Amino acid sequence: MQEDTLSPPISPEKRDRVVIRFAGDSGDGMQLAGARFTESSAAFGNDLATFPDYPAEIRAPQGTIAGVSSFQVHIADWDILTHGDEPDVLVAMNPAALKANLRDVASGGLILANEDAFDDRNLDKAGYTSNPLTDGSLSGYHVMTAPMEKLTKLAVATTGVKGRNVLRSKNFFALGLISWMFNRPTEPTLDWVRQKFGADTPVGQANIEAFRAGFNFGNTTEEFHHTYAVPPAQLPSGTYTTITGNQALAWGLVAAAQSAGLTLFLGSYPITPATSILEEIARLKHFGIKTFQAEDEIAAIGVSLGAAFAGHLAVTTTSGPGLALKSETLSLAVMTELPLILIDVQRAGPSTGMPTKVEQADLMMAMYGRHGEAPLPIVAPRSPSDAFATAMEAARIALKYMTPVILLSDGYLANGAEPWRVPDFDHLPKHDVHYATEVNGPDGVFYPYARDPKTGARPWAIPGTPGLEHRVGGLEKQALTGNVSYDPDNHELMVAARAARIAGIADDIPEAEVHGPDDARLLVVSWGSTYGSVRAGVNNANRDGYSTAHVHLRHLNPFPKNLGEVLAGYEKVLVPELNLGQLSALLRARYLTPAVTLSKVQGAPFMANEVTKKIIELLEDQS
Amino acid sequence: MTTTTEPRYTRADFQSDQEVKWCPGCGDYTILASVQNLLATLDFDREKHVFVSGIGCSSRFPYYMNTYGIHSIHGRAPAVATGVALANPDLTVWVITGDGDALSIGGNHIIHALRRNVNLKVLLFNNQIYGLTKGQYSPTSETGKKTKTSPMGSLDYPFSPVSLALGAEATFVARTIDMDRDHTTKILEAAYEHHGTAFIEIYQNCNVFNDKAFQLLTGREVRDTNRIYLEPGERIVFGENNEMGVVLGIDGAKIVRVEDVGLDAIQVHDPTRPNPGIAFALSRLSHGPTGPTPIGIFRNVQRDTYGDLLRAQIEQAKDRNKATSIADLVEQHGTWTIE
Repeated sequence: MQEDTLSPPISPEKRDRVVIRFAGDSGDGMQLAGARFTESSAAFGNDLATFPDYPAEIRAPQGTIAGVSSFQVHIADWDILTHGDEPDVLVAMNPAALKANLRDVASGGLILANEDAFDDRNLDKAGYTSNPLTDGSLSGYHVMTAPMEKLTKLAVATTGVKGRNVLRSKNFFALGLISWMFNRPTEPTLDWVRQKFGADTPVGQANIEAFRAGFNFGNTTEEFHHTYAVPPAQLPSGTYTTITGNQALAWGLVAAAQSAGLTLFLGSYPITPATSILEEIARLKHFGIKTFQAEDEIAAIGVSLGAAFAGHLAVTTTSGPGLALKSETLSLAVMTELPLILIDVQRAGPSTGMPTKVEQADLMMAMYGRHGEAPLPIVAPRSPSDAFATAMEAARIALKYMTPVILLSDGYLANGAEPWRVPDFDHLPKHDVHYATEVNGPDGVFYPYARDPKTGARPWAIPGTPGLEHRVGGLEKQALTGNVSYDPDNHELMVAARAARIAGIADDIPEAEVHGPDDARLLVVSWGSTYGSVRAGVNNANRDGYSTAHVHLRHLNPFPKNLGEVLAGYEKVLVPELNLGQLSALLRARYLTPAVTLSKVQGAPFMANEVTKKIIELLEDQS
Repeated sequence: MTTTTEPRYTRADFQSDQEVKWCPGCGDYTILASVQNLLATLDFDREKHVFVSGIGCSSRFPYYMNTYGIHSIHGRAPAVATGVALANPDLTVWVITGDGDALSIGGNHIIHALRRNVNLKVLLFNNQIYGLTKGQYSPTSETGKKTKTSPMGSLDYPFSPVSLALGAEATFVARTIDMDRDHTTKILEAAYEHHGTAFIEIYQNCNVFNDKAFQLLTGREVRDTNRIYLEPGERIVFGENNEMGVVLGIDGAKIVRVEDVGLDAIQVHDPTRPNPGIAFALSRLSHGPTGPTPIGIFRNVQRDTYGDLLRAQIEQAKDRNKATSIADLVEQHGTWTIE
């Protein structure tokens, strides 16, 4: 095997950042190409953020707009916040990929097209009446083409792959070409192929040869005279790994169970885009973890609640439609006061909506979507890596306050990746958990609903503990004894006690932290996955001379206790959300804040410049 | 039952301090007493029993047991109980449910618990009516039943709980009658001994909304001619003088006069057959009950429980992969260092 034929190009042009989008048919392997480019960039030391975007259909009709799958990656030599507003480079494997993505490409950006796919049939399927590569319609861009299919066929001819498999490697051709153009190290990709497919298998060899062919095509073809270098970022020193949001949630749950000294139990039912949490945890059984793929969403939370009663750190994962089905059991968890973590990886709704697209429209359902007065804590991660700490925080609250907790992630965080500076795992926060072992009432009586004076939490007495036999259930509980009670005063007392216990968590979470100048007149408030775009949007506005502050919320219920005071300090409050204004409504109701909503419901994350534009509009508006 | 030592418990040890609030004359009282009596005779720690129920009259049961218990959500008891059983294999987990709870709103959960063979004891109180909501037809009510929601007669064709459980390949399936304390105790004890999901249909009289639904099997004059006791290893005969019997043919099980076919032609009952086909045929003899009805253990076979398999898989995973910390996971995932 030749290892040294891939020589690096000479004198590249330096760039501090670049955004590349790989786009093709769902079967073209664009997610894989993007992920490999990401890994080699991570290994190279760039900061990065990614945005995989794909249709819900596994294989939509080939060559159509509906079947286009894309993967955007932003690499930089500085600490970036977003996956990039506009791609500087679009890799288009067919006409549909070009058509679906062109409107996002930066003007003057580079379009690298697989010219072999631009035949009459594919042009027609994408709705083109003439070939955009040759008809002059792309004059505002820098267009480069390569016969990727022809060259891939030639490159893999000796590897033994046959039939349809021959062209399967064309994503590696594209990856090789882009890797050459951006001076990526090649070894991480080649190593990965050898590990994944085997160095000596036909498929492994075909992928390697296609990758080399793409790389060398750039090196030897005069059309590709130019390469770019994005130097490593000056990130804080430490050990890094790339991580997606769902992976971080999975690992955060594992870490939480370990620091609490409890067995992790995950009851779940597959649903996009939450499924990969179950998949990740299911392969970690060697940690002593129990996973259970239930018959439906309702059973998934039911088994988890049963496991919680019996003493496990119980979790259930889902997306919006599943949250709706689980709401009855969440109410039971509120009534029985058992620790339970529900992770909702939000997607565009209502109903089946757009399962692979991002939205933040489940906030109100998380907040109020239960029968009766059933408050529970809500937390939301702000980035893929932040999901680790947020999962641990959800577990801390659930265990300390004996309550179900909802963690609101979303489809953007689920699949998006970024470098994660690995924390010191020996010094993660410890969750101090004690099962009850002694009676707590007079005359040897156990009171399952006696409350801890500080937290309001009831004792966790698990089956198998002698002398603490007790019954929990959905009927209203008498204070202390936990017996069924229809007493009106007791009901009012218990409703208030459950609410006070959750509200009291505000004393146990960090205060809202304001980012930005002291003299700002406008405060931007955001939550969840919009953090990167909103923070970048605020920074851009401030760089342009505007004075804007930003608060990003991890805790949505209860809110940080200084939030009302913070909000009151600004003339204007802007709340950008991927919904029609749900956090805005909560802030207005709670603090009488005249919050302005910046809404986006396109199944796509904010671009930073959309936030900047709104900030400027509000600050220029003198009314 | 022969015991050499004094029983550790009395029935009172299993009675909670809560007043039992079923209607006077309800069949649930007898079942409660049978269960409490059985548990008192067992050499098994009280704190390791967990009773999980759904919603309905029968589902109040856990409140009356001085054990651990969860009164959960309509239909969901098998799911909640599955979580308890998987969390701690040392527990004996009982599911108390009814015909509406288990077969209507919770139909999905019951079949999946049965096929997985989770270690649960499921007691289905079948009274063929919705009692707690005051008398609507249930999924086991006979077709044509007139209730407040079916004033012209119900259109639904009823489930046979035993057939359903056998269809889901439950490893232990039995039927008993609330009033027959001895038989109930015998079946409960066999269910307790079974490792896996044990499913017991208990014909339970609702004397307020569906009185005498099981009259054929409980009425003094008719019960002996209508109860077909299934005894392992015995020929399936019944009637005052065992003059009736059950044979198997191409159309399933059939009731015959023994003298017409000869005793040798009568089916011998064997609940341990791996194939549930014959048990299913027996369950089709009477639907309702509308005539002579088998009671006893239809099926009793051994199969690995879900919990055993889960724990074995965890041990296997531990042998294969020595990573035990998040740091190990990250290392396996691949890292790079920035100085």
